[in-house]
Parts: sequence; C-alpha cells; structure tokens
Amino acid sequence: MPVISNLPARAGVGFKPAHFRDVLAAPQPLGFFEVHAENYMGAGGPPHAQLGALRERYALSIHGVGLSIGSTEPLDREHLARLKALCARYEPESFSEHLAWSSHGGVYFNDLLPLPYTLQTLARVAEHIDEVQTALGRTMLLENPSSYLRLAGSVIPEVDFLAELARRTGCGLLLDVNNVFVSAKNNGTDPRSYLDAFPLDRVKEIHLGGHAREADDAGQTLLIDAHGSPVADEVWTLYADVVARTGPVATLIEWDNDVPDWPTLVAQAIAAEKILAGAARASAA
Amino acid sequence: MAAFEALFAGALLDPAAPVPGAVAAPDTQTAERRFAVHRNNVVAGLVNTLRCRFPATEKIVGAEFFAPMARCFVSKKPPRTPLLAAYGDEFPAFIATFAPARELPYLADVAKLEAARTRAYHAADAAPVSAGTFAALDANAVGALRIALHPSAEIVRSPHPIVTIWAMNSGERPLAAVEDWGGEDALVIRPHLDVEVRLLPPGGAAFLLALASGQPLAEAAALADHAGFDLAANLAGLIGWGAAGKVIPPAMQQTD
Repeated sequence: MPVISNLPARAGVGFKPAHFRDVLAAPQPLGFFEVHAENYMGAGGPPHAQLGALRERYALSIHGVGLSIGSTEPLDREHLARLKALCARYEPESFSEHLAWSSHGGVYFNDLLPLPYTLQTLARVAEHIDEVQTALGRTMLLENPSSYLRLAGSVIPEVDFLAELARRTGCGLLLDVNNVFVSAKNNGTDPRSYLDAFPLDRVKEIHLGGHAREADDAGQTLLIDAHGSPVADEVWTLYADVVARTGPVATLIEWDNDVPDWPTLVAQAIAAEKILAGAARASAA
Repeated sequence: MAAFEALFAGALLDPAAPVPGAVAAPDTQTAERRFAVHRNNVVAGLVNTLRCRFPATEKIVGAEFFAPMARCFVSKKPPRTPLLAAYGDEFPAFIATFAPARELPYLADVAKLEAARTRAYHAADAAPVSAGTFAALDANAVGALRIALHPSAEIVRSPHPIVTIWAMNSGERPLAAVEDWGGEDALVIRPHLDVEVRLLPPGGAAFLLALASGQPLAEAAALADHAGFDLAANLAGLIGWGAAGKVIPPAMQQTD
C-alpha cells in the first residue's frame, strides 16, 4: 500500500468556491488545499472545473465527511465507490475521514456523531478502515472528533483507541488540535494530557479551526466546533507545542462558515507557516 | 452498541424524544443541553442546506416562515445519502402540500425552478450544438433529425409567472408588481459554467419535452400544439441558449 500521506509539511486551507478567483489570481504561499469529498461527487459543472484547476497547481487533500466509519452498520458501498472514483480522478496526496458515525437506518444526519470506545467498536472500526483502504488502494488518515458529551459504556481512552486503530490498520492520524481543545473543555479534562498521550508518530496532518463559545442558563461554557472564526489563541499554543515535538506537519486552516475574505484566511495559514518554520529550525538545530 | 446507535439516531430528529440513556451527565438538564448540540447540528445544518439551495423561495416567504417549513421537511424527509447537493429534490413537492403555504400557490413551482438550477449546476458537462453546426445541416432533412437536449437542461412548467417571480426574488430583476399573472414555463440550462433560466415562448415547453422524449424535430413542432408556436423562434432559442446537446441523424436512430 502506498505511503500514508504525501502532503507537504506546510500550511494549507480548506477551499471555498467564493475564493476561487483570488486563489487563481496569483501563486499562493500555501502548501496544499483541502476539499470535502462529498462536494465533488456531481457529474460536472463548476465544482469539478475548479477542483481540476486547483489540482494542477497545488497538492490536494480529500477529506470525507459522510462515510460513517464509526457506525455499527456496514459501510455504504455506493459511497465508497464514489470516493474511489474521486480519488482515482484527482489522485490526492491524502485522503482522510473521521472517527464518527453519520448515517443510521438509511438516514444521513450530516453531523459527526460519537461512538462509545469499546473492544467491540474498536474491532468494527478497524474492519471499516481496512475496507476503505482496500477499496481505495491507499492508506487513509483518521481524525479525532470533537466531543460534547460522554457516553456510558465507553471504556477505552480516545487516544488509546486511535493508537490501536492505527496499529491494527496501518492508517495515519489526522490530529485536529481545535477538536482536542473543544473536547477537553466540554468534558472537563486537560488538553495537554491528551496531547501528551497522543501517538504523534502517526500524525500526518493537523487541523486547526475556530470554535464558538456558548453559555447555558447555569453559566456553564460549552465550546462548539463551528469552523466560523479564527483559530483561538489557546489552540495556537497547543499547536506550537505539538509541532515542536513532531517537527513540521501538513497543517490545515478550516474555516467553513461565515467564510472570511481571502487575505484573512491566508493570514491564518501564514501564522501556521511561521510556527512550522520555527519547528523546522528547532529540529535542524 | 447497535441499540445505542438506533436510540441516538431516533432522538436526533425528534425533539420530543428523551435523551438516550447512554448520554452520561451529572443531571438531566446537562444531558439535554449536550445532546441538543447534536440535534442542532443535524437540524440547523440541514435547514441551512435548504436555505442555500432555495434562496428565492426563502426571500418570498421570509426567514421566519421558511425555517419552520424547512424544519418540518427535514423531520419528515431527512437525507438518504451524504450527497447533500441532491438534498431538497423533494422539497418543492413538500411545499405544495404544506398547508400554511397554501396562500402562495406559486411557491412550490418557484422552488421547483430552484431545485432544477442545482441539478443543472452539477450536471454532466457537454459542449452544446453550435449555431454553425446547425446551419450546416441539410435543410430538407432537418425535420427528421432528433435533438437530444443538453445534459443540464430541465423544463419547469407552471400556471404561475414563476420566471418573473424567481427573477425578482433572486436579484436578477428589481422587485415590482407582477403585471401579467399568466403561466410561465422555464428552461433551466447550464451550457458552460453558468446556470441560466430562460422564459420559454408559447408552446416551447411542449416542443422541448417532445424533443427530450426522442421525437424528431417535425413531430416535436407538431406536438407543440399552440396557436402562437413559432418554430423558427423556438429553434433559434434552442441553439442560441445552448440547450441542444446532440444532433442525432436518422441513420443512427436504429442503433440508438
């Protein structure tokens, strides 16, 4: 099976059609673009015209949001075939999906839903990853989720669950640092201990996004992984600590809602590039 | 685990359903609040998908009317695949049966037009038959030709002036009183990268539908069956708008 990911160890951004003209107007100081697989599964039209033009110029990461790898149900073979065709057409440097489920009983919920971490779910998710990797003929990256609640019966710590999946299937991991922060705050745990325990040697891509802050009637703060704002300061700090340990890793800025103008988005990527450059200097020293 | 997933899934679309027992929280209120994040992600996310696909429909009724209508649709007809570009294909038919929208009998047809626009946006690419290609055809044989419509072409017929109403609510035309409340038929087409909405001339919809069903040009013109049908104008529209996908000569029709 080919290497896990060929993304350059630089910053990239999630591509938004609203930015297409700006992106093509000049060479961008970016290592790659990422797109959501499901937005490019139509027969033709502007989505494919734009993705084709991007692909010619930049490294590409295809990020699935609808495969429901964490489900107890069998994988949707039709959807897997669509992913296979998409990867064959664009030959992305990386394909990634989530440790979550999103479909049940024939309904697609358009959300990344949590699963309990048990020996049983571990075996099932590993089977699903094997199936995806066999179908696509490539290794994939699996992303850690953001968590809003704890599940009774979940007995394996998430980092151990992810590490064991990577060990069993050979898949790489996509570390979403914002998700780590959101989950830790929502569940009253320490994001640093999570990152200390994370199998960083399997991390081939990092995601950074903004979260929203909500307060309930009791004044309790709840963080929502909303991707509609700049990366938070605390998340930048955690990120810098991670890349100080791993060395430079492909890093994506995710900004999917209330999409800003192009210069604002690029500025976030440049901020990540600076941290990556610092990590490169440190590892060379 | 399968039982957990079924309970969780069932409660997502039903605000009255109890929070699944597996949600561990110090108290019911916290459990409700945490589970509500997922309920909101699902429902608000899908309502937003519909808002993006049906902006003129939303403008006509206003956000306060559109959101509950969309929520009702989401709970009755949640998506069956992760391809959200197709989500809402059934929304126009739902609007037609949505009692609170009964005062706006044209609303469902405007939504039908918007749904067709998304399908055209994602349709297969194809170079339309050019005016030059068409002009070079043998004039005596033209009547026997079949013309396949462009893959993106859809015809939306309505007893209401939907093209005018859509144009006024999508920023294509300034809002003004609609003077003629007669029916309008639309051709939705994406010959290249931009989706276009064309007002079809009298008989035009029947003519294009006949062509789409495989009738040769002469038969299609006869089927248009409208006093004001003008074949030359309709052909000029068909070619000029890029709606002709392929000219199929009679010799090929046997094997087609």
